[in-house]
Amino acid sequence: MIRRVALAALLVMAAGEKHSGYQDASPETRAMQDDDASNPGFLWVQQGETLWQERIGSAGRSCADCHGAAPVAMRGVATRYPLFDAQISRPVTLAQRIEQCRVERQGATPLSADSDALLGLTAYVGLQSRGLPMQVSVDGPARPFYEAGKALFNTRQGQFNLSCAQCHDDLAGKRLAGSIIPQGHPNGYPEYRLEWQGIGSLERRIRNCMVGVRAEPFAADSLELVELELYLGSRANGLAVETPAVRP
Amino acid sequence: MVRVLLNVPKRVKRGEEFDVKLLISHPMESGQRRDDMGQPIPRDIINSFVCTYNDDEVLRADLFPAIAANPFLSFAVTAQESGTLTMTFTDDHGVVQTETVSVTVE
Repeated sequence: MIRRVALAALLVMAAGEKHSGYQDASPETRAMQDDDASNPGFLWVQQGETLWQERIGSAGRSCADCHGAAPVAMRGVATRYPLFDAQISRPVTLAQRIEQCRVERQGATPLSADSDALLGLTAYVGLQSRGLPMQVSVDGPARPFYEAGKALFNTRQGQFNLSCAQCHDDLAGKRLAGSIIPQGHPNGYPEYRLEWQGIGSLERRIRNCMVGVRAEPFAADSLELVELELYLGSRANGLAVETPAVRP
Repeated sequence: MVRVLLNVPKRVKRGEEFDVKLLISHPMESGQRRDDMGQPIPRDIINSFVCTYNDDEVLRADLFPAIAANPFLSFAVTAQESGTLTMTFTDDHGVVQTETVSVTVE
């Protein structure tokens, strides 16, 4: 009897253990992600690889001119984002960092947040960290932003009056209609969602969730989004990066 | 020009099957949907696909709506001698695109 209780407790623990959304996806979706030849995210990665080499802007420089080959220079970079930027005294996401580099160092026009070009570049940089554990730092100056993100995660909002935590902490592993509620770890962004028939950012995913609870989504590039991404990133620390992941 | 990811082994064994995998970046608009103004969105899908190996037709396929965006095609081919695999597809706008890859038989 005691042994049975212990086993039940162990099973509950296993279900509640921190794991990637990959584990909650169907075998078909996982298979799509497992083979780079069938993962449609690689269409964007391919575009990103081309853009990495392209000389643009008033400086006439490419990403490769400064950084060199991405597989070496960008290895592990994506695991640290969102990262606190001392110059502007706030955390920035990987996509925002790429935009920053584009505008300030290449002298080029910024790309729009949901453009294929920016998603492609972000996916290409993200891919170089695939398999490495997430290690988002929330110490020092990043701490207040982390706390703000954590508060947002736990705040009820929208007409449904639901917080992120109610689903993704308390009810993760259970079902919302037919789908398993994932723990909400952002370890595969930008990711290819079958629902979107395309690749998208974590921002877009958060917007989706907010519309789902009938809340007004945070504005694009608002600080709230970055704070939430910072909290989500640190919450996923230790999970392997899967960019570009495939999810339902 | 749409983006294509083509996966074919560079070297294959004579007479042995190998996989050709092809991912095409295409919206595959079914023609059943309407836009925000209620106007029907015209159908735009890849409607035909032909694969030849050294001018021999290997596969011909007609595609229909209800195939997801960015279609993935995979099929097996055998080769007796080295040559070029040519894949041509046409969409509803009449855009024809051809991808080629050389295969060495050993």
